[in-house]
Amino acid sequence: MAITSLIVVTLIFALQAILAKQLITSALWLAGMSAMCSVLFFLFGAQLVAVIELSVGAGLVTVLFVFAISVAGDDALDATPVPPRLLSVGLAALFILLLGWFILPTSGTSPVSAIINPPLAKVLWQERGLDLIVQVVLIFSGVLGLLGLLAEVKPPLDATMAGEVGALRQRDLHTLESQISNSQETGK
Amino acid sequence: MNLSPFIIAFVGMIGLLGIGFYGLMVCRNLIKIVIALQILVKAALLGLMAAGNLNGQINLSQSMALTVIVADTIVAVMGIALGVQIRRRVGTLDVRELSRLKG
Repeated sequence: MAITSLIVVTLIFALQAILAKQLITSALWLAGMSAMCSVLFFLFGAQLVAVIELSVGAGLVTVLFVFAISVAGDDALDATPVPPRLLSVGLAALFILLLGWFILPTSGTSPVSAIINPPLAKVLWQERGLDLIVQVVLIFSGVLGLLGLLAEVKPPLDATMAGEVGALRQRDLHTLESQISNSQETGK
Repeated sequence: MNLSPFIIAFVGMIGLLGIGFYGLMVCRNLIKIVIALQILVKAALLGLMAAGNLNGQINLSQSMALTVIVADTIVAVMGIALGVQIRRRVGTLDVRELSRLKG
């Protein structure tokens, strides 16, 4: 019963995140959905993922969204989508039906307890060690990409400034040439 | 009708996938598209957790879900940074306007 109500609340939050007019409201609905998902993960026995989802999904990503919306501005785009809305709803419903038909089991399901479930530390550090390396690479590439994207690009010198720099160089060149010629004359 | 929690979780996962898919089709704002992607990833995580619990290998699911969460966060961060830069340079977050850009 708890899982059913949590799933319903999660679906409502997700729908509100898509349908909300303002971006900031949408980001807050998404944070609520992430929090509901983390409670569901906890109920399914995945405590570690629940904690990380709550801190990263509902915390960090929401802060990033709010920051980006405050920097970029909350654009009020007109509500006409690129494909017609009815077509989008129909395609999404067809997608849901097909997916349900393919993956939902027809017979009853019960948890399998015969398979040995090794401890998390062993799975994480020994069996899935490559995943950790991939995660480190992902984090570094993400940080580098973010730095590259958010770096301020220096504008090129405009014509007047370039002209001024050229004139200064010409003046220095003339001064140097006159000094050389003077020294040569005094030497003679 | 007494449904098992796993069936309910799978139904919820399919519903979340449908909502995310609909959001990808309907939304034109770049940041909202990233939000739709986040919903899709949450659906994948929910399915992963339910399947892990069903198979009795929840720890394997957790280790896989960690990678998914890291990748999802990187995707969100890059999408947000791209949105901010596009807004600065082009002045809009509308993907329809961006697709009209030439050159």
